[in-house]
Amino acid sequence: MATSEVVHAHAGPQGFIRKYIFSLDHKVIGIQYFFLALTAVWVGMFLSLLMRIHLIWPQANLPIVGHIQPETYLALLTMHGTIMVFFVLTTAPQGGFGNYFLPIQIGAPDMAFPVLNMLSFWTTFVAFVVMLAAFFVTGGAPLHGWTGYPPLSALQSTGPGEGLGADLWITSIAIFCAASLMGALNFITTTLDLRAKGMTLMRMPLTVWSWFITAILGLLAFGVLLSAGILLLMDRNLGTSFFVPMVVVNGQLLGHKGGSPLLWQHLFWFFGHPEVYIAILPGMGVTSQILSTFARKPIFGYRAMVYAMLAIGFLGFMVWGHHMFMSGMSPYSAFAFSLLTMAIGVPSAIKTFNWLGTLYKGRIRFYTPMLFAIGFVSLFVSGGLSGPFLAQPTLDIPLHDTYFVVGHFHLIMGVAAIFGIFAATYYWFPKMFGRMMNEGLGKAHFWLTFIGTYAIFMPMHYLGMAGHPRRYSQLTEVAYLHNLIPLQTFMTYAAFITIGAQFIFVINLFWSMLKGPKAADNPWDATTVEWTTATPPPHDNFGGQTPVIHNGPYEYGVPGAARDFVMQTDPAVGAAH
Amino acid sequence: MSTLAPNFAVKDPRARDAGGGAPPSFGGGGDGNGGGGNGAFNYGERLRRARLGLVLGLTAVIMLFVGFTSALLVRKGLPSFDAQTNTYSRDWVPINLPWALLLVNTAVLLVSSLTMEFARRAITRKAALAPVKSIPGVSLGDERGFPWLGTTVILGMGFLAGQLLVWRILHEHRFFVNTGPSSSFAYLLFATHAVHLAGGVIALMYAAAASWMLHKPIEAQRIVVDIAAWYWHFMALLWIYIVVLLMIVR
Repeated sequence: MATSEVVHAHAGPQGFIRKYIFSLDHKVIGIQYFFLALTAVWVGMFLSLLMRIHLIWPQANLPIVGHIQPETYLALLTMHGTIMVFFVLTTAPQGGFGNYFLPIQIGAPDMAFPVLNMLSFWTTFVAFVVMLAAFFVTGGAPLHGWTGYPPLSALQSTGPGEGLGADLWITSIAIFCAASLMGALNFITTTLDLRAKGMTLMRMPLTVWSWFITAILGLLAFGVLLSAGILLLMDRNLGTSFFVPMVVVNGQLLGHKGGSPLLWQHLFWFFGHPEVYIAILPGMGVTSQILSTFARKPIFGYRAMVYAMLAIGFLGFMVWGHHMFMSGMSPYSAFAFSLLTMAIGVPSAIKTFNWLGTLYKGRIRFYTPMLFAIGFVSLFVSGGLSGPFLAQPTLDIPLHDTYFVVGHFHLIMGVAAIFGIFAATYYWFPKMFGRMMNEGLGKAHFWLTFIGTYAIFMPMHYLGMAGHPRRYSQLTEVAYLHNLIPLQTFMTYAAFITIGAQFIFVINLFWSMLKGPKAADNPWDATTVEWTTATPPPHDNFGGQTPVIHNGPYEYGVPGAARDFVMQTDPAVGAAH
Repeated sequence: MSTLAPNFAVKDPRARDAGGGAPPSFGGGGDGNGGGGNGAFNYGERLRRARLGLVLGLTAVIMLFVGFTSALLVRKGLPSFDAQTNTYSRDWVPINLPWALLLVNTAVLLVSSLTMEFARRAITRKAALAPVKSIPGVSLGDERGFPWLGTTVILGMGFLAGQLLVWRILHEHRFFVNTGPSSSFAYLLFATHAVHLAGGVIALMYAAAASWMLHKPIEAQRIVVDIAAWYWHFMALLWIYIVVLLMIVR
């Protein structure tokens, strides 16, 4: 078809560099993002392992890092958080799977701006390299935590990593902001402008909705973080006083005057709270998609799911203050933030109810993606239920600096989002690489990870309620923590087992890529548009065809249909639907 | 004005590429084509998409300045704690900006916005007439208009030079970036705006290069100029916002 070449804006790639390195193809860029995140998650996981080992064997002399000093522990903590939040939880679900599947699911040949898409990936890559560089400069990585609170983060003399290391850290975040903004505007334009004929907004798969809403959050949030980052860099290097009050360090009065550390907290959390939803919303989308597909039932309450995600995104911008109850804010403001935060429980409960409603009386097929999607719901509930606790200032103030908060955000934001990524990987792997992953290894990976992560993070709630402070590197030195060390030891062993289980995943991933059985075009009997095209999809996604959409995204168990599912491109099902 | 003369070859190969039946060749134009499906290369659709992308990009710029503005308002309202005397005091010293020069710079930027608009309209007209020109034998005469784009680039650079002058005057009056919060914010806002405007100047140079050297079809050039023009107008608007902000919150 001669015109198909015209319809697709950029020609098929020639040569290795154009095809695999500086590719304009959203599918290649999606895979690049995926492998960047996979690299980052191993770095982040390695750092957490070092921390867990240090907590129970503080005198251990470890390979590479040697004996961990308290400052090193804080640097590990900072880099673990930063790498996981930015380069894994933000990168994999949105940059990876969103890039690969958003255009295909709406029937588009590519993203709206392919050159910008490529730039966005390579800018993220540069940000990651700059972030890792912080390990190797004099003084090493910064120790101000992933939230970078001043004055600790704003002064060069507050710790070993707060020199060049901290500058690299802030620069990396600023570069990451620019990359995310490019990505966000591309996602929004693509969703609004490139949908195939018949793909109305209310026929979009919930995955597309989740990527779309996530992109809007990113567009509004990353600009504010960028502004904060610029101000912090100026405070550090140009002697301004945006965030630094008059301060004495080591008996020496520094030149700063009148700045407000709280100002940073406001700007940071105005970004930071939406960022939580940037990490989790795509996981909600993919969970909805998978639950419906493998329960062989339409998603329960499609519209309610869409509105709930919109509500979560909207409310997400008004609750940043709940991270700052400890800052001495007015009780009246705290009350407002508290109420708004608890209001997020309503759309979250709607989503959970609808997921369970989707499973109810379904003919469930327990393949690995389904296990991880159910695992997502489980972790979302377990991690989410401690949310309303922490939303109340009276409870948050005693719990805030304890392991309770660590347990809460790891379950809901960390592990739940990672389960979304795993579910997406097992679900879409056949389409991306043309082969099936091994089910036996997948199930072993699921059970070990599911039980392992609960074993690591559930006890943290008990530690928190027992008053165990977070961010402490030396537990053996503090008498009142002695009784809690056995629990910490248990968590470290659980971490060993869970991290070991991730080798099963990686082996399965690469082995299946090369040797897995060939996948059919639609191995899961799914309905959305990506399953109508070849496996893996051709350069323009549909081989010169332009799909036309006639049905909603989750037409399973349709009465009178030849199969138990009707694809979105099939002729329209009866008026009853 | 057109003269019909059949059996004559068309002079301008670019115009034929754009309007003729043969598929145009384009490399890395930066966008895909979705729903269209009629095989024709739909510039209207591309323009609309590029404008949507621009609006979203500008939203991000607005959020950046929302961040700066809220920081400015909060910082101005805060008393500062003096650790030596254990007292609170206000450390906000109003900055003395060279208003006359800023007014001149503002005028230069507004005039450049006007010339930019002329450039945008000129190329829009030219693009609209391109299909007519592509009819074999139709000529619309020599269309060498005033170089509005070049004028805009020069005015833009003039504005940046003027801003550099403002910077020097501030230095002479001993208002440095770390003198006090008011001067910190003035430098910050001026510099961030200047960086964005410099980006606009580069985009305009690209637009000019696109028309002279890259031999892009006139419709593709028009998209570049159109997007650059709206971006430019936004920069003028942003500048006025910054000046008014610094006038009110000194």
